[in-house]
Amino acid sequence: MKTRHKRFILIGVVLALLAGAAALVLNTFSDNIVFFQTPSEVATGKVPQGRTFRLGGMVVAGSLVREADGLSSRFAITDTAKIVPVRFTGALPDLFKEGKGAVAQGKLGPDGVFVATEVLAKHDENYMPPEAKDAVDRAHATAKTLK
Amino acid sequence: MNIFRYSSPQTFYPLAGRMAPWFGVAAALCALAGLYLAFFAAPTDAVQGEVYRIIFIHVPAAWMSMFIYVVMAFWSAIGLGLGTRLSFYMTQALAPTGALFCFIALWTGALWGRPTWGAYWVWDARLTSQLLLQFLYFGFIGLTRSIEDPRRADRAGAIIALVGVVNVPIIYFSVKWWNTLHQGASVSMTKAPSMATTMLLGMLILAFAAWFYSLAVTLSRVRSIILERERHTDWAQSEIAEKGAAL
Amino acid sequence: MIWNSWANFFAMGGRGFYVWGSYGVSAVLIVAEVWLLARRRKTSLQRLYRLQQLEKD
Repeated sequence: MKTRHKRFILIGVVLALLAGAAALVLNTFSDNIVFFQTPSEVATGKVPQGRTFRLGGMVVAGSLVREADGLSSRFAITDTAKIVPVRFTGALPDLFKEGKGAVAQGKLGPDGVFVATEVLAKHDENYMPPEAKDAVDRAHATAKTLK
Repeated sequence: MNIFRYSSPQTFYPLAGRMAPWFGVAAALCALAGLYLAFFAAPTDAVQGEVYRIIFIHVPAAWMSMFIYVVMAFWSAIGLGLGTRLSFYMTQALAPTGALFCFIALWTGALWGRPTWGAYWVWDARLTSQLLLQFLYFGFIGLTRSIEDPRRADRAGAIIALVGVVNVPIIYFSVKWWNTLHQGASVSMTKAPSMATTMLLGMLILAFAAWFYSLAVTLSRVRSIILERERHTDWAQSEIAEKGAAL
Repeated sequence: MIWNSWANFFAMGGRGFYVWGSYGVSAVLIVAEVWLLARRRKTSLQRLYRLQQLEKD
């Protein structure tokens, strides 16, 4: 075998080992790499009470209540399996909407209500003009009534 | 004809000089067409309004920053394996442009995140791994420039490029593997694009502009590197004498 | 034309700061890279030419 080939094989082996090591490390720390926990993970007690963490999921349709003081709000976050109620004082981002994704940072109270200190909106990767979105929404609504 | 002829710096130098301007022209034309689509043809987004137009620069820049690093790793492997000097020159010519696109991706991402998510920066897997890519670029550039002996600088840089390339798939798949605030890919090999056609077209044409620009800039930069590193050869001496006297 | 006026175009639906901040900085950086590249070519040719003259003597 030529030295040149040997060197290429060596480079390949080292790269493969590195990739394997990276995969192992990422797999080990994968709990810390996730940006947020889902309501199901909260329900199974994966998150200790009193510790700050991020809760992510969909804002439950019809759950958003803006309090009379104009700053506080209440809503609920779901991953379609479990629901966690959230209380927040502060301005919600523009893209925060019922039925859309959101990530809240805060602590879980003993009453099971998540008290958030920061709320971020999570949007999806779909981009379309308003007319197209209306058509899609109508189609979804029709599909639902047909079911 | 033998393509290996072009792996010699002497033959590649004039070839790069002939090709670079054409890639520059192609980049300018694509940029004009793409920006026209981005700002005057693409419709408003239903959810985000006008601010989504940042995507037209953000995504091509992010793609380019990842792709350039992969190309650097490729040339590094070739350079280490075959000992071809030109391969190392290519990695060093690519790095500044990769770093530039990486910075543009981070910067435009921050300005896009504030009005949509509500934060300029979050430490989610996508953003953090892209920041790591920026540091890898800076590390590569810093290391190759700080080592006196050019042959050792070549090898040290190649090792950073090869080790760091592991980060590229992590950036790309981070939005799939972990919960992130960053949304998933709008355009990928595995599914139909989730964008209106004009939007998609504008973004792809600007991605081509980024490609042509990178080619033009890299080829120009590699010419300077070739001349500096090969300055003791006869052909480089006569090129320096001719071009230097004209300055 | 999707914009009713140039003022609307520059306002970007009230998000002008973010949109133009993105494109502006990117444009400046790209122009800077091209300029630095041209300068590098010139300075390195000058340096190499001087070295060549010195070595001749």
